[in-house]
Formats: sequence, structure tokens, C-alpha cells
Amino acid sequence: MKPTIIAAGLTVMAGAAFAQDAPVLTVYTYDSFVADWGPGPAIEEAFEAVCDCDLQFVGAGDGAAVLSRLRLEGDRSEADIVLGLDTNLTAAALEAGLIAEHGITPEGLTMPVTWDDPNFLPFDWGYFAFVHRTDLEDVPGSFIELAASDLRIVIQDPRSSTPGLGLLMWVQSAYGNEAEAIWEGLADNILTVTPGWSEAYALFVEGEADMVLSYTTSPAYHLIAEEDDSFAAAAFEEGHYMQVEVAGILNTADDTALAGQFMEFMLSPDFQQVIPTTNWMYPAALPADALPDGFQTLTVPLTSLLFPDTDVPANRETALETWQRALSR
Amino acid sequence: MAARAQPLSWVQATGGVFILLVALLILGPLIAVVLRAEGFGGLGASDWAAIRFTLLQAALSALLSCLAAVPVARALARRRFTGRGAYVALMGAPFILPVLVAVLGLLAVFGRAGWVNAVLTDLGAGTVDIYGLGGVVLAHVFLNLPLATRLLLQAWLSIPSERMRLAHALNFGPRAMRRHFEIPVLRAALPGAALVIFLICTTSFAVALTLGGGPSATTVELAIYQAFRFEFDLGRAALLGMVQVGICIGAGLLAWLFAAQASFGAGLDRPAMSWPGDGQAARFTDGLALGLAGLFLLLPLLAVTLEGIGAVVSLPGSTWAAALRSILVALGSTALAVTLAVPIALLIAGRAARAGLEAVGLLSIAVSPLVIGTGLFLIVFPVANPVALSLPITGLVNALVALPFLLRALIPAATEAEATHGRLADALGMHGMARFRHAILPRLRRPLGFGAGLAAAFSMGDLGVIALFSAPGQETLPLEMYRLFGSYRTDDAQGAAVLLMALSLGLFWLFDRGGRVNAST
Repeated sequence: MKPTIIAAGLTVMAGAAFAQDAPVLTVYTYDSFVADWGPGPAIEEAFEAVCDCDLQFVGAGDGAAVLSRLRLEGDRSEADIVLGLDTNLTAAALEAGLIAEHGITPEGLTMPVTWDDPNFLPFDWGYFAFVHRTDLEDVPGSFIELAASDLRIVIQDPRSSTPGLGLLMWVQSAYGNEAEAIWEGLADNILTVTPGWSEAYALFVEGEADMVLSYTTSPAYHLIAEEDDSFAAAAFEEGHYMQVEVAGILNTADDTALAGQFMEFMLSPDFQQVIPTTNWMYPAALPADALPDGFQTLTVPLTSLLFPDTDVPANRETALETWQRALSR
Repeated sequence: MAARAQPLSWVQATGGVFILLVALLILGPLIAVVLRAEGFGGLGASDWAAIRFTLLQAALSALLSCLAAVPVARALARRRFTGRGAYVALMGAPFILPVLVAVLGLLAVFGRAGWVNAVLTDLGAGTVDIYGLGGVVLAHVFLNLPLATRLLLQAWLSIPSERMRLAHALNFGPRAMRRHFEIPVLRAALPGAALVIFLICTTSFAVALTLGGGPSATTVELAIYQAFRFEFDLGRAALLGMVQVGICIGAGLLAWLFAAQASFGAGLDRPAMSWPGDGQAARFTDGLALGLAGLFLLLPLLAVTLEGIGAVVSLPGSTWAAALRSILVALGSTALAVTLAVPIALLIAGRAARAGLEAVGLLSIAVSPLVIGTGLFLIVFPVANPVALSLPITGLVNALVALPFLLRALIPAATEAEATHGRLADALGMHGMARFRHAILPRLRRPLGFGAGLAAAFSMGDLGVIALFSAPGQETLPLEMYRLFGSYRTDDAQGAAVLLMALSLGLFWLFDRGGRVNAST
């Protein structure tokens, strides 16, 4: 908060009338985005340098919690922008009538899928993957090999976490009607199911499980931040489901021009280059050669899987029922 | 009845107002969620499975926690040894740990890569598996054994030392002691302790899920979470919230049926005496109980400490700021909880309809924190920015959550004080404040210190509503710790966990010690 207070103080000295005119742009996002070590602080500084405004990030749990918060607040929300929903949540946000059209034609996107959504723009993305230590022998190359192995995995509950839901969609998109058989095969490999990503990853780091559901970019954290190259993500031949994280302008936004300016800024290098080593995901609009050292060593899936967001609700329901049926036995 | 003086009537009137206030604060949010919802969703098959699993794991956890607590509380009541105070304070720690930290501690000991399995493998004796219903119950016993022990210990220590003197004079053996003292004490204290623990376990979801192993370990609280977060079905969330209230009321009625009032008559607050019928065998069983409970509770704490102690000094500044914020919230929350609890306890202690009144106090453990938080959000939002109120609201909800524990500790003592010293105070014509200060408060001091300590520590470790209301620069220490875990920064998170544990324990110890001034425990 200190930089904001100092900035506010300076603005006051520059002229009281001007200080009151500086518009506030409120962005709701997930918790780890606003943390000191997350992307939030650097992005706030960079955007405020060009916008003549006061950018305020409000962290509200994870992506699903942010959406719940917006739905609770309804028309009276102070939020101008929501940042950090993924494509599994966007249909619900649209249906609730929260999101306005952004009117921007994104340029320079570097994602393995095309993007033409009038309501949301992507800011980063990643592939779900099972992360393991490099000393693991016989790393499985598919869900079928994983199910046939004795490996123990930790996954997250799809009812309380976004990666958990991502895994359901992964299996559903790769196997469709055969998803139930895959889950039955995986049942004896699942050590446990945790409420969120943090619990699962902590269990894995403590040595409880051989593999954990995370992202292909997770090893980059260990490599770059901890200088530890003993983590890797298993490449599955079915392909890997993507998580695309997006932002949208809310219908309740006070200043749509300023909100639009932020959305454009979001796809600029000043924003994008902060993402890899703070959010530990791939930036949505940054060429591969601009990625930091270490990202070149990551597993790159041959096939990218992603349900169109309109297909998500129906698939989610089927996948959840299949999952509960197969694992409750 | 009308002839009997009502010397504490103003305190009791305050208690009546407070109890209404508490009921309003708990049921109001539930009603707010119901009103906002568009009709109730029905309960599906998976909801019924969740209800069954919730009841089963909570009942087993309450039963085992209480059974295990009996020999430990008894040993603590009978023995005086160096470090007893430290032992009692330290073993209280699990109860106030955030779930993730407690689970990591347990896994370091009982997990696949844990100490127990390392020893077993060396001995060639196979391995133990902590996941499944067994793991859930193990974790709940770990978290709640300290509470059960302290509640039973309070009851044990309520036996006046004059009674012990008499028992000595009559040359009571262990059997007579059991019949005249221990069984009545347990009959009075066990149902209440079991009820509180049962209710705590009904709202569990992170423990049940993490150690339960999968979808079959779904609790009602997780179903609420799902309804709220992924379906935004407030009607179903509210309905499930009411199911929890129903479970609470049912359990409360059961406990009330089985509870009995133990009365050992008046004492003069003389120092405690040694336990009659104390032999070699008693010494051995007490030592064994204390040793085993100590190992069970302290090894996971030791594991957490060893993992994180090195990282404490290098914690980022924001973590220390969050720690300071948490301490302030905890102190405010404790003050509020104590202010509410004392008049309510005195009111309940003096009334015949106590079961109904007490149920209101207990409701706050049974109502889903998520439903309370959401309801408060809905209530506050039209009048003020809930985000600006995030810390006061966190303090308020924490006080409500701590209230049942305070009441559970205070009511027996208040009843006892009224029964034993009320008449003397009447005879001396003591009314109002004088009566409260001289006749009642000294007998409440010990449970009050314990309850306040619990309230403070509990608030310190609570994640609860802050996550729903969180605003920039308002993070509490548990929230900060979760964020660190959520950003791969496991080392810092473990450091924050050690800091959190130390602060929770420190607060508990301070209050509890304050309550034990002039008491020889």
C-alpha cells in the first residue's frame, strides 16, 4: 500500500482539484495475483505510469470465489474489470449478465488456440499436467499408462477448485463416453483429493505422492526461483487440457474508456512480461523467444485440448456425475 | 419461587439481551441468504450421502476424542510435575492450528513418507495408510483431544479440596473414588464435551476431504461450498445450512438427555489436595496416558516446527504486518466474546430452561461459516462497503465462533458458584456488582482464562470469513500463509505456519495463565 499512499500524497501536493479527478479503476482478481510476489504490484506501477488513474486490485479468493463475489454484489459492485476467470467460468459470468463487450481486436496473441470472444480477452494460459520429480521411474505417457501403474497421485476436488475441474474436463475432452472407465482405472492411483491446489501441491512436495495435478509450467518455478531442476511434467499422448485465464469489463464499470485502456494494456509487453515469473503461466501475447530462461526446458504437449466455453456447462455436469459415480464405489 | 431474591437480575437481563443478539447474528445471515435465494433446491442423493458421512465421521471423532481424553484429564488432575503448565499449554496447540498446518504435521508423522512408516519399514513391518475414514478421525482426534482434555480437566478440578480431605479421612480406595467422584464428574462433563466436538467436526471439510481420499468423504460443508461457488445456488446452500442447524439441535437434545449435574457442595477454594487411593498402578497408568498423548500431540507440532523454523527470520514484511493485524483482531474478538459470554453464562446458570438457551450459544459452531459470511455480506453490502469492514466482521464472527467454547467452560462453573456461594451471598445481602465480584467471579476465573485463551487462539488461527471479505492490505496471518502455499512458496508458508503456531500458543498461554492466578493448577 505504501507506494499508493506516497503517490496519493504527491498528487495532493500537485493540486487538490487534480487529485480528486484521478479516476479509480477497480479490478477484482484472485488472491495470488495481488500478493507482493504476484504480478499485481508490478502491473499496478506500470499501468499507473501511463493512465493518470489509480489502479486498485481487489483479491477475493480464487477464480470461482471472485465470480461468486461479483454475483453477490450484483449491480452495486464497485468492480470495473474482472481478471482471472478461466474458460470454465466464463459461461456462468455471461449468463449472470455481468460482462460487457470489450470491442477490442486482440493482436499478437501467442496461444495455441484461436481467440474471438467478444466479452473476454486472455492474459495468460497453461496446460494442466501431472508434475513429478525427475527421479521417478517409468513416467506414464497417458492416462491409460497412469491407471495401469502403481503410482500414487494427488488431485483436487472439482467441486471446490479450478484445477480439479480442469482435470475433469481434460479426461472428458480426451475420452468422452469412455471417461468413466478411465476414472475407474485411476481410482486406485488416487492417494487423496484435496479442496484446493495448495493442499495438493504441499502433499506432493512433502513426498506423500508420486505425482500431483498442476501445470506444465510448475517446474519453471522450481528451476528459476529455487534453482532446482529436479521437477518435470509428464507429457500425455492424449494431449493436455488448457487453462486460459481471461479478463472482462463489467457492466457496472464507471469509465468504460479507462477499462478498455486497461484491457489493451493487458496485452502489451509491459503487462505480459511480468506474467511468466510471477504467475508462473504462459503469457497470452508474448513471443516464445521473449520468455525467460528456463521456460524453454518445459514439457510442450503435442495436442492442446479445450472445450469452447459454451460447451462447458453441459460437459461439466456430465463429467462431475461420472467422476462421483466412478470414485464413490 | 417468587419469594427468592433475584440478586443478579441486571446481569441476567444483559444476558437475555445478548443471547437474543447472538441468535440474531447467527440466524440473521442465514435468513438473508434464504431471502436472496430464489426458492430452495431439493436435496439430491449425493447430499444425503454427504449428511450420512458427516454424521458418521463427527460421531466417531467426538466419541474417540472424549474417550482418549478421560485418562489424560484424569492424569493431569491427579499429578503435579515440573512442566505440567507447559504440557497443558503446548498440547492445546493442535486445536488452534489452521487445518492445512495440522494436516502437514500429521502427515510428517503418519504419512507415506512419515516417521512412523520409516520406522515400520526399517522393522520390516509393512506400512500404515492415513487416508480414508481412519485418517479423518485420526486428524479430528488430534485437533480435538486437547479441547476434550481441558473441558474434562475443568470438571475434575471443580471437586473442592475439602471433599478430597474427607475422602482421605474415609480412606477411599480407587473404586470408591471412581464411584463418588469420577463417574459423576464424567457424567456431567462428557456429554457436553462430546457435543461441542461433534459440532466442530460436522462443519469440517478440508480435513475430511484431504484425508478422506475422495468423493465418498464429502461433508455437508463441502456440499454448501459446491452449491455456493460453482452453482451459485443460494437456495441449496441455505437449505444445507439449515440441515447443519438441524444436526446441531438434534445433537444438542441428545447431549442434554444424557447430561447430569454433578454437585459436590461448597468448597472454600483451598489449595487442591493429593488424590486418595494413589498407588503404583495409578502412577503408571497416568504416566502412560500423559506420555502417549504427549507423543501423539507434540510430534506433529515438532515436525511442523522443524520444517518451518529456519524460514521464520526471513519472512517477508507483509507476513509480519499480517501477524500484527491478526493479533489485534484476536484481542478484539476475545474481548467481545468474553463480554458476551459472562452475562449469558450467568443467565443460563440461573435458569431452568437452560438447554434451550444454551442451544442458541451452540448454534454458532454448527452454522456453516460460509453461510454466515455470505449472509453478513448480503446484510452489510446495501449499507456499507463490506470490504472496509472486513477486519471488524472477522473479529465479530470469530467471537461468535468462540462463544460456545467459553459458555461450555463457564456455565458449569457459574452454576456451581450460584449453588454453593449464592446462598451465602444472599445471607450477606450482596447484590449486583459486589455479589458478582466477590461471590461469582473468583469461581469463574479459571474457566474464563481458559475460554478467553481459546477465543484468542482460535481467532488467530481462523481463516473463515476473511477470505470472503478480503481487501487489499487487510490480510490476516492464516490468509497470508495460504497465499504463500498457493504461490509455490512452501518454505515461507511453513515459516508463517510456525509463526502462527507460536502466536496462537502465546496468546492462549497468556490468557490461560491470567485465569490461573492464585489457583494451584
